[in-house]
Amino acid sequence: MSVQTCCKSAAPAATLASNPATGKWLAWTAAALVLWIAAYSLLIPFSTWVTASLPVASDSHFGAAISFFAYDTPKVLLLLTLVVFAMGVVRSFFSPEKTRALLAGKRESVGNVLAAGLGIFTPFCSCSAVPLFVGFVSAGVPLGVTFSFLIAAPMVNEVALGLLFGLVGWQVAVTYLAFGLGVAIVSGWVIGRLHLESWLEEWVRNIRATAAELPAETVTIVDRIKAGVGAVREIVGQVWLWVIAGIAVGAFIHGYVPASLLAEIMGRDAWWSVPAAVLLGIPMYSNAAGIIPVVEALVTKGAALGTVLAFMMSVIALSLPEMIILRKVLTIRLIAVFIGVVGSGILAVGFLFNALFQ
Amino acid sequence: MKDIKVLGPGCKRCVETAAMVQSEADKLGVPVTIEKVTDYVAIAGYGVAATPGIVIDGKVVHAGGLPKMDDLARWLAT
Repeated sequence: MSVQTCCKSAAPAATLASNPATGKWLAWTAAALVLWIAAYSLLIPFSTWVTASLPVASDSHFGAAISFFAYDTPKVLLLLTLVVFAMGVVRSFFSPEKTRALLAGKRESVGNVLAAGLGIFTPFCSCSAVPLFVGFVSAGVPLGVTFSFLIAAPMVNEVALGLLFGLVGWQVAVTYLAFGLGVAIVSGWVIGRLHLESWLEEWVRNIRATAAELPAETVTIVDRIKAGVGAVREIVGQVWLWVIAGIAVGAFIHGYVPASLLAEIMGRDAWWSVPAAVLLGIPMYSNAAGIIPVVEALVTKGAALGTVLAFMMSVIALSLPEMIILRKVLTIRLIAVFIGVVGSGILAVGFLFNALFQ
Repeated sequence: MKDIKVLGPGCKRCVETAAMVQSEADKLGVPVTIEKVTDYVAIAGYGVAATPGIVIDGKVVHAGGLPKMDDLARWLAT
């Protein structure tokens, strides 16, 4: 009885209260944005001040490292917060369930493109990679299309794109987006062409579940803003240490590693550096936030962009922990094919990029 | 007595979801039994593509991400 009265009165009260609450949330969001712009415009004065207030010569190795660190740390964290917030809001319009409904029964080629694109916007965490994989495949999403999604989702993410845009430039960010999607689309298509359904673990092949019909959940603007704030709290809370570690490594490279050495090892002329970068990237597990400050430092020191991008894609897309998770649904043979196909795609990107941007 | 299953391989959010369901049920005074389903085969059988998922009396009401308190109250009340 008490339950009934509670909920009958709660529902209309919530809808009535939502209007002033919406205004308040929008106002806070706008205020936060203004503060963000103010903080961003103070970045250069801040780093100059930090370097000047320390007893080191600004043209020394240590001075160069310090000023790189003092400028990049707040810049990266600010950019990260904004991008993650925006993507959190955008992602509240998507869900794995909706994506699956869109992809189920799609023909391969079209499906691969769509899956890679949706991989950017669909909220996805590696801890639910297995349910997602099984959920997709059992509901009639072709295997290759599922792979396109699984490759694009971690590789082409807002953290990678936002940081590349902010640190290395928009041209590189757009290129990364295009090539990342390309690798996901082509790799998924190739895996689909190979017809490897029989290389899935047996229990996956046997599941014939029908997609669950979910009741509609009410999502308001306030909920979407909250989703953005939640994403910031979660993702920035998780990666800030990586970011600082990455920038510290970047600062070290910036201050101490001689440019000629890098140009020799990672320059355009060293063809073997691309495969070496891909191989080196597989066991390394970092996320985009930690690797991009290093990328920036490497590029400014004369490393070839294609080599560096290949390294970055390999670190993010081919990670050992994800393989271990996926081992529950894929046989070793299929994992090997996956690594082979995606690895070749990344290699191609590296070589192509080095050849194009002489 | 409502029979509630929380689907998820045991990640942080799944544990959190189970706790949310419990506290909301306690608040509303709805008697519930909560069972965590961590087996991938069983989760897949419910036809969800994202975890954590919530199943109330055999019906999937939510999949992917933390549920909202308002929605939880609504599901528990009906």
